Amino acid sequence: MSENKSVENAGRREIIKALGTIPVLGVFFYKLFKKHALEEIRNASVMEELGELKKAPAVITSKEPGKLLRLGIIGYGGRGHALLRAAGFTTPEWTDDAKQRAEENKMDKGYETFVGQTDLNVVLNGVCDIYDTRAEEGLAASTNDDRPGSGTRKLTTAKRYRHYQDILNAKDIDAVIIATPDHWHAQMIIDAVQAGKHVYCEKCMTRTTSEALDVYDVVKNGNVKFQLGHQNRQIETHLKAKTIVEKGILGPITLIESTTNRNDPGGAWQYEIEKEGTPKTIDWKQFQAKAPTKLPFNAERFFRWRKWFDYGTGLAGDLLSHEYDAVNQIMDLGIPKTAVASGGIYFYKDGRDVPDVFQVVYEYPDRNLTYMYSATLASGKSRGRVFMGHDAHMEVGRDLTVNPDPQSTRYKDKMEEGMVSASLPLFTYTTGSKEIDGITSATSKYFAKKGLVYTYREGKRFNTSHLHMKEWIDAIRHGTETSCNIERGFEEAITCHMATESYLQKKVVEWDSVNRKFI
Amino acid sequence: MYTPVRNQINYNQFQLYGLISLRVLIGWHFLYEGISKITNSYWSSAAFLMESKWIFSGWTQIILTNPSAVAAVDFLNMWGLTAIGLGLICGCFARWAGIAGIILLGIYYLTNPPFLELEYSMPTEGSYMIVNKNLIEMCALYVLTVFPTSTIVGIDRLIFKNESKH
Repeated sequence: MSENKSVENAGRREIIKALGTIPVLGVFFYKLFKKHALEEIRNASVMEELGELKKAPAVITSKEPGKLLRLGIIGYGGRGHALLRAAGFTTPEWTDDAKQRAEENKMDKGYETFVGQTDLNVVLNGVCDIYDTRAEEGLAASTNDDRPGSGTRKLTTAKRYRHYQDILNAKDIDAVIIATPDHWHAQMIIDAVQAGKHVYCEKCMTRTTSEALDVYDVVKNGNVKFQLGHQNRQIETHLKAKTIVEKGILGPITLIESTTNRNDPGGAWQYEIEKEGTPKTIDWKQFQAKAPTKLPFNAERFFRWRKWFDYGTGLAGDLLSHEYDAVNQIMDLGIPKTAVASGGIYFYKDGRDVPDVFQVVYEYPDRNLTYMYSATLASGKSRGRVFMGHDAHMEVGRDLTVNPDPQSTRYKDKMEEGMVSASLPLFTYTTGSKEIDGITSATSKYFAKKGLVYTYREGKRFNTSHLHMKEWIDAIRHGTETSCNIERGFEEAITCHMATESYLQKKVVEWDSVNRKFI
Repeated sequence: MYTPVRNQINYNQFQLYGLISLRVLIGWHFLYEGISKITNSYWSSAAFLMESKWIFSGWTQIILTNPSAVAAVDFLNMWGLTAIGLGLICGCFARWAGIAGIILLGIYYLTNPPFLELEYSMPTEGSYMIVNKNLIEMCALYVLTVFPTSTIVGIDRLIFKNESKH
């Protein structure tokens, strides 16, 4: 009997020793469960406010490819290349180079993203450039079948046009992409609309205020689809940010700050001056026909036109325009009541007349808010794009973060209950967080950070310009509306010109919306 | 081949409790690292691999170019860490868990070693020069492997019961 008992005791001791550390697991999982339960309660209380926002990114709407659309491009420079690529055409040099880059750096997804684009069922029938080298590149792009939807249709060499009016008169062109310097935009848009061609135009919509008024009237009364080249309209985080603002998550927003921070020569428009660019290969007369100042041939002015107000719109039309349009997209701000701008040429003292450091403060008394923009081309410190509300502030770029304000009225109770923590974000969204990018140049990085290069749909990486182009082509085919239509384009142009006007005149500029003029 | 023999070494109580505590604490760390990765749907080893310097950088680049390889590395990390953690805490195949832990920590260490000549874009949470927490934890696991306790306190006591009676 006692022998049995001692065996039983020994067995029990064995079990106790074998399982001696198991209680630690009990403590571990109890704590883990408590932590998760608390997070879930927190999430649930926040989700109540955020609704569907956490769900997967917007789905790309696939529409019937429709009938073949015949494109023409006017201006095949830097942006022209990017836009044509967005439409599915690029030079053999680009595809070869992109393949080479992908081979050398497996993380470089440029080529993969390009050939993975939706085939838009378009052909390139016309290329208009006043510089022979670029026109020839455009012609080469028209037959390069290393593209999305390769092999699906026969590609024939596009026709070269030396004057934009000829491409607008061409019978085999339905729509044009305008990617010329800003000083030509207005005239080309107006002539294109009058010729019945659909228009995709790069920003800034116009060089001057009076041009913006003319373009608005013509496009408004015309019967074509117009898209202004603010590809930010397609960025996933911007779409989410808009919902956040609409749901009032931030409370009353009284201040919006956005910035440009670049610090490399390319970012300051010091583009390469190509040695092939001579009076023989460039139609200089046509280039400067719409410029206020007429000068003898000047290669620097041709290749680096963004540095002069004669052709471009400076920081306002070049980079503020992106920032403003992003804010306008998210907040539907429209044209401000007043603008006051300042700045100067403080770093690039190279003969340019556009500032390299530039600030503007816009007032929206009807909306009870100020929008402030600040730019430098001589420091890369990232300062973000922030929407400051009484209850929370939101930072939007490639990623999106909403942080509650410790003094919030809306979240006061939730903070007291411990459901919302002032030190933790209310909401974060990381674009394509499981993806890896291999973007190289400083300017590319700047744009990628701003979300201007790539975005994601259903986890797949897309070039934002491609989505923007696709939206325009879908609109032409199906009669839908473009997101950066003439209304948004007009708001963009006027808002940017108010800043330039204020900078040049050194005074507060007020917009008289009734008489459509600056006071 | 490994055959655990109970009471291979005669520990006094202080030594035994010290070693068991170390085993359980390291197990806790592994288990939580594993579980927190499993429960975070956004976690991926990609950021860590991207930072890789020194001898493993070529190898990590190959993984990074292949999404299914990244997914496999993610899976092995999440469940490997969890299994090692459970093994150490429960004392279940603890020696194998220890060896697996040493290998895993070794890979982490060699992937991003804290050598003076290497610069990382992400700051570390402490100050390290050659010696970092991975190296110390790896060494601690080595100590636990050569001074086993799971056949005294742990499920291994039941699993390897027969071998121990030889």
